[in-house]
Order: sequence, then structure tokens, then C-alpha cells
Amino acid sequence: MFLNFTGDKPIYRQLADAIEDEVLRGIFDEESQIVSTTEMAVTLRINPATANKAVGWLVAEGILYKKRGLGMFVAPGAKRKIQRKRRKGFYHSFVLPLLGEAAALQIPVSEIITMLERGASVHDDHSR
Amino acid sequence: MMTIVVKNLSKRYGATQAVDDVSLTIAPNKIHGLLGRNGAGKTTLLNLITRKIFPDSGEISIAGQNVMANDMILSQVFHVTEKNYYPADYRLKKLLRWCKEFYPQTDLPYAESLAKQFALNLEKTPGGLSTGYASIFKAIMALASGAPALIFDEPVLGLDAGHRELLYKELIACYSRSPKTIIISTHLIEEVAGILEEAMIIDEGRIVLQRPVEDLLEQSYTVSGEAEKVEAYLAGRPCSGAETMGRHKSAIVLERLAPTAEQDGKELGLEFGRVSLQKLFISLTNSQGVRR
Repeated sequence: MFLNFTGDKPIYRQLADAIEDEVLRGIFDEESQIVSTTEMAVTLRINPATANKAVGWLVAEGILYKKRGLGMFVAPGAKRKIQRKRRKGFYHSFVLPLLGEAAALQIPVSEIITMLERGASVHDDHSR
Repeated sequence: MMTIVVKNLSKRYGATQAVDDVSLTIAPNKIHGLLGRNGAGKTTLLNLITRKIFPDSGEISIAGQNVMANDMILSQVFHVTEKNYYPADYRLKKLLRWCKEFYPQTDLPYAESLAKQFALNLEKTPGGLSTGYASIFKAIMALASGAPALIFDEPVLGLDAGHRELLYKELIACYSRSPKTIIISTHLIEEVAGILEEAMIIDEGRIVLQRPVEDLLEQSYTVSGEAEKVEAYLAGRPCSGAETMGRHKSAIVLERLAPTAEQDGKELGLEFGRVSLQKLFISLTNSQGVRR
């Protein structure tokens, strides 16, 4: 988990997003235990209260849950939940900036579609 | 609970009002940053709190005990000073044992393991240490002291980047194991920004601001874009730290970014961003101050 904390979100949200990324990519499996907030704080050199806030936020979102006396675990169905949540933001976060940059470079939409198809075939090869 | 309360504290050196009628409550078990430019009064304020110097007026209490009347409470506070007050020809090993006399909770094996991590040879004497290693030795004593309040005045003076990271890690680990009231005075703000829970900004001997770091950063933002449009947007808003480069202008706005304002700004083609603690600090302690 690499964070540089220079983004336009509070640190706790960046940390929460990074934990979600790891769940999405299967680094933290559903029903598996995640590292303790102390370990996060020490490794990332952030205030333990910030790490607690990130984890608390993910609990409220239903991504993590607490097993009493054991620690924090990834909730069943967490991956689906993150996918649903992020799909809503995909258009604003990825498509609109892509079109903005393409317009500045005068790349026509038809060419973008060709690029997307090319990219998709390469991506399929890699994930096979 | 190691709450530190300062009331109407003042200290003058000749013509300089080093600390000017400061009143503060430093909440227990949090990591506080005391941020100020050179000569802002950071060291004087900390030295007053731990009675290394005496105030002209004002009161200080720690955990409800008046420091002036009863300095026993100071045995609960480890103050890492910028200056070195240790005998130059004692071995560090001996100084650590000496530290245990004053701070009975001192964990000697922990101090030794920290020394090993920093590659500090405890057979040396303070006189034989570089600036960086003198800082490291003082920090090790503080971390191992077991004191419920730790005050660090410029703790990373002379430390290289690797040792600074290691020190911040050990500080957080130590704080996580047993909560402490910690004050870090530094001008290397970017590095400690993520560690601090509360920020106190001191300027010309006065506390100009004391607030949770997260609140502080949420109550300000940067706006940038075409100079004329930025100017138009800034009209009537409290702003600071404006910089112009050609036809481009950016500024820090000292208010919470309202969704309507963001909408208006984006329609003007402006960009919004988050301010770093360091940028905000510079703009708040800049002699040009805040413009309305």
C-alpha cells in the first residue's frame, strides 16, 4: 500500500480508498483479517486516530466489520459493494477527464473508441 | 490525564516580546504540533511550560498541578530541548541509567534496542556526537522514559531522511503502545503533517490558531486558473498566499468550500484543490497576512 497523501482528499479517505483498492484487487480477501490500525499508522507514519477514522468509515460503509477481540475483517460481499459504489463515479472520475484531455489534444471520439478496443484486447490477453 | 493549561503567559527579552499573553489548553493523549517560523516563540513557550525559564506573568498547570507552586509534576514530562544540557564527558550508557533516576519508568532495554536501530554507539559521550546523533540520543531517552507527556523541540535537527522516517515510526509505535500527550515543535511541517492531530500556530509570540489538523485543512482550499477569473472569484472571500505566474493565478481561500461556490468556479473554468498544512502555515504566518 503506497500513499503519498498529496491528493485532494483527507488522509483518512485516501487510506480508506487504498484499503478498498486492496479488497477490489483481492489482496485482502473477503472474510480475511486486515492489518491493525497501529500497524497502518506506524508503516504509513500517520496519526493512529487517522487510521482509526479510515477503518471506522469503512465499517460504516459495510466494507469492514469488527470481530470482537480479534480485529477487523473484510465483510462478505465487500467487493461487490465497492464495485457498485465506484461504478457510479466512473463516468465523472474517468470518462469526463478522458474526454477533456482528448478535446484539448483534438482527438476525435471515433479514435478514442478505436483506442479503447485496442486497449481492451491487450488487457484481455494479460488477464487470461 | 496530562492536560497542559497555559493562562496569560508572557515573557519578554529586552525589546522582544517572545511570548505575548498566550492562553492555551493542550488536550491529553494527542499529538500536537507547535508550528512557527524562526523566532516565533516556540522554544520560549516550551521552556516556560517546563520551567526551564520563568515567565514575567501568567500561569501554567499540568494535570491540574500548578507548575510554579509544585514542580514535582515535571517528573511526568520529558522535554527534549534543542540545546544539549548533558555533561559532555559521560558515556551515553551512564546517562541512560541516570535518566532512570529521574524517570523511574525508563525502559532501558527499549532504549538499547532503539540505539541499535539508529546505529548509535552507547559507549560514546555527548561531546563526541554529531548534531544528528545528539538529536537521536535525546529522542531515544524521551521515547524510553515512559513519561506520560513528551515535548520535542526540533526533534529531527541534523537527522538524515532515513533516520527522520525511523524516528517518526518509532514515535507513532511508542504512542500507540501507551497514549501520551505529545508536543512536537518543528519547522519541517510537511513531514509531520500526517502525524499531528492538533496544530497550534505561533507567530510573534502569539498563538494565532489552534485547531484539529483535519478541520483546518477542510476549512481552506486552493483555487487556480486564469488570473482575471480567479480575481473575480476571490472578490469578497478571505484569501491568502496568492501567486501569479503569467496569466495564471492561484490562491488559498480560508473558508470551507461550499458546493455552490465550487459549481460557480468550475463554470468559470477554475480548478480547486486541497491545501497542505505547510502551504496553509506559510500563508497564515506571512507578514502580508489575510486579505479580504
